[in-house]
Amino acid sequence: MLAYLIRRLGAVIVMLLVVILTTFFIFYVLPKWSGQDIAVLFAGKNSGAEQLEGIRQKLGLSDPLLVQFWEFVKGIPLGRDYGSGDDVTHCGAPCLGYSFRTELPVWETVKDALPVTLALAGGAAVLWLIGGVTVGVVSALKRGSFWDRGAMITALGGVSMPIFFTGMIAMGVFVHSLGWISMDDSLTTKDSIGTWVETMILPWIVLAFLQAAMYARLTRATMLEVLGEDYIRTARAKGVTEPVVIRRHALRSTMTPILTVFGLDLGILIGGAILTETTFNLPGLGQEAVKAIQGKDLPMILGVTLCTALAIALANLVVDLMYAVIDPRVRLG
Amino acid sequence: MSDLKKTGAAVGEPVATDSPAPSAFLEVRDLKVHFPTDDGLVKSVDGLSFQLEKGQTLGIVGESGSGKSVTSLGIMGLHTAGQYGKRKAQISGEIWLDGQELLSTDPDEVRRLRGREMAMIFQDPLSALHPYYSIGKQIVEAYRVHHDVDKKTARKRAIEMLDRVGIPQPDKRVDAYPHEFSGGMRQRAMIAMSLVNNPELLIADEPTTALDVTVQAQILDLIRDLQKEFGSAVIIITHDLGVVAELADNILVMYGGRCVERGPAEKVFYEPQHPYTWGLLGSMPRIDKEQTERLIPVKGSPPSLINIPSGCAFNPRCPYADLPKDNVTREVRPELAESDPGHWSACHLSPEQRERIWTEEIAPKL
Repeated sequence: MLAYLIRRLGAVIVMLLVVILTTFFIFYVLPKWSGQDIAVLFAGKNSGAEQLEGIRQKLGLSDPLLVQFWEFVKGIPLGRDYGSGDDVTHCGAPCLGYSFRTELPVWETVKDALPVTLALAGGAAVLWLIGGVTVGVVSALKRGSFWDRGAMITALGGVSMPIFFTGMIAMGVFVHSLGWISMDDSLTTKDSIGTWVETMILPWIVLAFLQAAMYARLTRATMLEVLGEDYIRTARAKGVTEPVVIRRHALRSTMTPILTVFGLDLGILIGGAILTETTFNLPGLGQEAVKAIQGKDLPMILGVTLCTALAIALANLVVDLMYAVIDPRVRLG
Repeated sequence: MSDLKKTGAAVGEPVATDSPAPSAFLEVRDLKVHFPTDDGLVKSVDGLSFQLEKGQTLGIVGESGSGKSVTSLGIMGLHTAGQYGKRKAQISGEIWLDGQELLSTDPDEVRRLRGREMAMIFQDPLSALHPYYSIGKQIVEAYRVHHDVDKKTARKRAIEMLDRVGIPQPDKRVDAYPHEFSGGMRQRAMIAMSLVNNPELLIADEPTTALDVTVQAQILDLIRDLQKEFGSAVIIITHDLGVVAELADNILVMYGGRCVERGPAEKVFYEPQHPYTWGLLGSMPRIDKEQTERLIPVKGSPPSLINIPSGCAFNPRCPYADLPKDNVTREVRPELAESDPGHWSACHLSPEQRERIWTEEIAPKL
C-alpha cells in the first residue's frame, strides 16, 4: 500500500511538471512566435521603447527560453528575484510571478480565491454525493415505482437545467424577494463561518442539485447492474438478509464507478466552477480565471492553471487511494 | 421426521397443505416456475416432480434453457428474494424439504434455511465470489449468518473448511482474495463456503463447467468424498452426462421445462427410454471406445419456452415422431410412465418400438 502511495505521488509530480511545461510554452512562447511582445502586454501599448526594455530586463524576457522556464519552476518551491543590481524585487515562495493587470503577486490572488472555490466545491460535493447516491439506491431498489419515476424525471430536469438558470431563480427568490439570505461577494478567510455558510448555502444547493441529478442516475444504473451479479445471488444463497446484501455486498461495488467520476468532477470544480462563481458572484478561482483571460494576464492564467492541475491531480489521488481501499485488485495491480 | 432435522426448534412446524408431507427428504411436486415477460409467459419449469433421499445424488441433465438452473433456484427460494421492481416469477407446486413445504413458508423463514439446511455451489466461482472480500471473510459471513459466534471462532471454522476441501496453507490462504486463487481453488473455496454449515441438501449448478478439464475430475471427486462424509443429499445440475455418470445415483433428464426421463443412473445410461436421452448419449464423446463415426448432435434447437410445441415438446426434433399413430406426438402431451421399477419416461413410442430402436439403431453406434 505504501509503495502504491509513493508511486502515485511520483506520478502527480511528473504530471505537474508536464502541465507547467505545456502552459509555459503556450503562454510565453506562442506570443513570441505570433509577433506579440509580452512586455507590451505587461506595460500597455503606449509605453516607450526604454520602458519596455526595462521590463524585459526585469522579467528576464530576453533570457533563453530554457533559462526562463527553469527560473519559473525554481521560483515555485524557492522563490525568485526579479531584476539585477540595485533594482531587485523579491518574490517569495511559492512564486508564480506578478499579475500583469494588478501587479500583485499571483500567489496572493490565488491564495485568497482558492478557499472560496474549495469551500464551494467541497460543500457541494458532500451534498451531492450523499443526496445523489441515496436517491439512486432507493430508485434502484424501488425500480419502476412512482418514487423511481419521479426521482428520475426530476434528475433529468436537474441535469438539463443550466446552473445560471437555477442559480438566478434561487437568488431571485431567496436573496432578493424573500430576503432570507444575504450573500457576501467579497468573502475572505477573515470572515466568520456564519458568513461563509450564508454566502455558500445557495451555491452549494444549486450546484449539488445539478450534480446529484447525474449521480442519482449513475448510482441507479450501477446498482441495478450490481444487483444482477452472481455474487449477490451467492450472498442470498448463504442466507444473508436483504438489507445486509444491499449494504455490504451491493453498495460497495456500486461505489467504484461513482468514485471515479467523483474524482474527476471534484477536480474540475476546484479548477474553476466558473459558471457557479459568476452566477453567484463569488470571488473564487473561476472568477479570477475569467478576469485574467479577459485581461491577457499571462502569469495569472498560468497560476490558475497550475492550481487547477494540482487540485485535479490531488482529487484523483485521493479517489485512487479510496479505490484501492475498496477494491483489493487495485492494490496489487 | 424429527430425526431428520438438525435443530427442531428453528425449522418450525410443517405448513398445512392439501397433500400430506412426504417421507422423502426432498420432494418436489408439480413445480412450475413461470416468468411473465413482454413477449409472453416463459414457462421455464412446467410441472416437475422428483424425490431425493439423504446420502443420494440426483443428476439433473438437459441442454441450456431446459429449466435445470431455474429449478434449483426455485428450491433455494431465490426467485423471490430481492427481485427489485422486476415482474415476479409465478411459482406453484410444492417443495418439501425435510417435512417442510417451502413455497408456503414465510420468505424470511426460507432465508434462514438457505445456507444452513440447503446450500448451493455455482457454475463460475470467479463471478460467484465477491471480488472485494477475502475468501475467509466470505466464509466467515456464511457461518455467522447462522451461528452466533465471534469472528475468531468463525475464522477458525473457515480455515478448517479450507483445509478440508484441500486448499494448501489454509491459515494463509484464508486472507487471499478470489482473484488470487486459480479456478479450481476458487471452486474448492466455494464448496468450503457452501458446506460450512453442514447443509443437508447441496445443490451444485454446473460445478465444473467453468473449470479446466484437468481440475474437473478433482472437483467431482471432492464433492463425492464430502457427500460421503457429510451424508447430504446432492443435486448435480449439468449438461455433461460424463459428470452425472461419475456421481449420480439417479438421473433426471429435462427438456423444455419438463422431465422426459428419470430413473436409476445405470438404467438411464444402459436402457434409456426417451429419444432425447438417446440424442444426449449419442452426442457425448467417449474415450473408452474407438471413434469410428462422428458424434451425432441432437438436430434442431431447444424449444421456445413461450410457445412450447403442442403434444410432446421434443416432437419437432424427434426422428421417430411419426411412428406413433394418429399424429399423437403432435397433439397429446405424453405422461411419465414407468417402464421398470423407478424408471420413468414420457414418450408415445410403445415399449416394443423403443426396445427395437435402442438395440438396433442407437446402441450399436455408441
